[in-house]
Amino acid sequence: MAVAVRVIPCLDVDAGRVVKGVNFTNLVDAGDPVELARAYGVESADELTFLDVTASSADRETTYEVVRRTAEQVFIPLTVGGGVRSPEDIDRLLRAGADKVSLNTAAIARPELLHESSQRFGAQCVVLSVDARRVPEGETPTPSGFEVTTHGGRKGTGICAVEWARRGERLGVGEILLNSMDADGTKTGFDLEMIRATRAEVRVPLIASGGAGAVEHFAPAVHAGADAVLAASVFHFGQLRISEVKEAMRAEGITVR
Amino acid sequence: MPRVVVLDYGSGNLRSAERALEHAGADVEVTSDHTAALEADGLVVPGVGAFSACMDGLLAAGGDKIIDRRLEGERPVLGICVGMQILFDRGVEHDVRADGVGRWPGAVERLRADILPHMGWNEVTAAPGSTLFAGMSAGTRFYFVHSFAVRNWEPDASETPSLVTWAEHGEPFVAAVESGPLAATQFHPEKSGEAGAQLLRNWLGEL
Repeated sequence: MAVAVRVIPCLDVDAGRVVKGVNFTNLVDAGDPVELARAYGVESADELTFLDVTASSADRETTYEVVRRTAEQVFIPLTVGGGVRSPEDIDRLLRAGADKVSLNTAAIARPELLHESSQRFGAQCVVLSVDARRVPEGETPTPSGFEVTTHGGRKGTGICAVEWARRGERLGVGEILLNSMDADGTKTGFDLEMIRATRAEVRVPLIASGGAGAVEHFAPAVHAGADAVLAASVFHFGQLRISEVKEAMRAEGITVR
Repeated sequence: MPRVVVLDYGSGNLRSAERALEHAGADVEVTSDHTAALEADGLVVPGVGAFSACMDGLLAAGGDKIIDRRLEGERPVLGICVGMQILFDRGVEHDVRADGVGRWPGAVERLRADILPHMGWNEVTAAPGSTLFAGMSAGTRFYFVHSFAVRNWEPDASETPSLVTWAEHGEPFVAAVESGPLAATQFHPEKSGEAGAQLLRNWLGEL
């Protein structure tokens, strides 16, 4: 008897519509988030993640509305991230019906935000989203060889990605969402080295993201230490079905729902 | 249609509980009003976050008295997640001890597991004769998210036997308890898809 490895579709939402592009640019419209969320619920997705990719203040209201409508219709956990800057933002998202909120850029700017949020809302609803890449050649290496990035992976920070995940854990986050910006959009598989390096240092659940392109890509991520696997466009465009991904994982001896 | 109050004492994803109960066939009101909470056919006590913070909120809202009065009259109460934990004697989180409502014996303690929180869909071993899990097949999974749990169930002989359902993450822990009108789950039925809806329907069916 063991907790099942979660398969999580991520919906990138811009002004109330689902979008996802290669390496976070060239956004392509791929549908209504509430419809997709409901379809994924039926298809045995274990959780849903919404990432608000533009987060301009005008579109922010649309996001709350999408969260509200989704939470009314889909009875599986919902994580929302993107542009979350303060405990007030978290409060609003939780009240709209989100179960967890992921923090990224704002936490890099002010790590105490993680502690404050965890204290106020509970560790179970605070996710630290880490957009990481290999430190490019010629730049100062980090201990793990991976660094945290901002701006959708375009800007390096020089912060060691694994150390940042550890710090997030110490500050009280309940989960780490590890996005490989090198693998994102490539559809050539998850960044197993990055997953292993992070798993070795953190004891909270780890969601692997970035690079999924085929059903056989998921089991290696779990064997590398992921507790959950996340993908976006391969699900939205119907290239992969959640049931097929789970079947492939089960065949590799992984417990799935 | 059974009338259910979701107790609003400042904790929990109240909206999810409200909508899932409606979806399962209840007429739901989210409120901290004592009269409404006492008169409803069923009372749901949600709860997330720290045990001591939840307990503080419950006491401030007079929720402990509502629970006591309802149970005196054999009126159903369902606790969810930390809303279940606070029904026990006490909680111990980060060396902070806090008294619970004390309906059930024992302590809520940190689970001994490699990965915490215990987050995701897990199986339960339903108590024989359970109402909540009636009609469900073995291996049905529910959504859990918690780091603390009741690891030992030690009722004293004088107490009415309870139906105890177990789950495992690193070690066995109490996943649900049913004692007459008082029932509770450590997992989130309102987030457990069709399995959770079935459990809520089973509970509503008894109201």
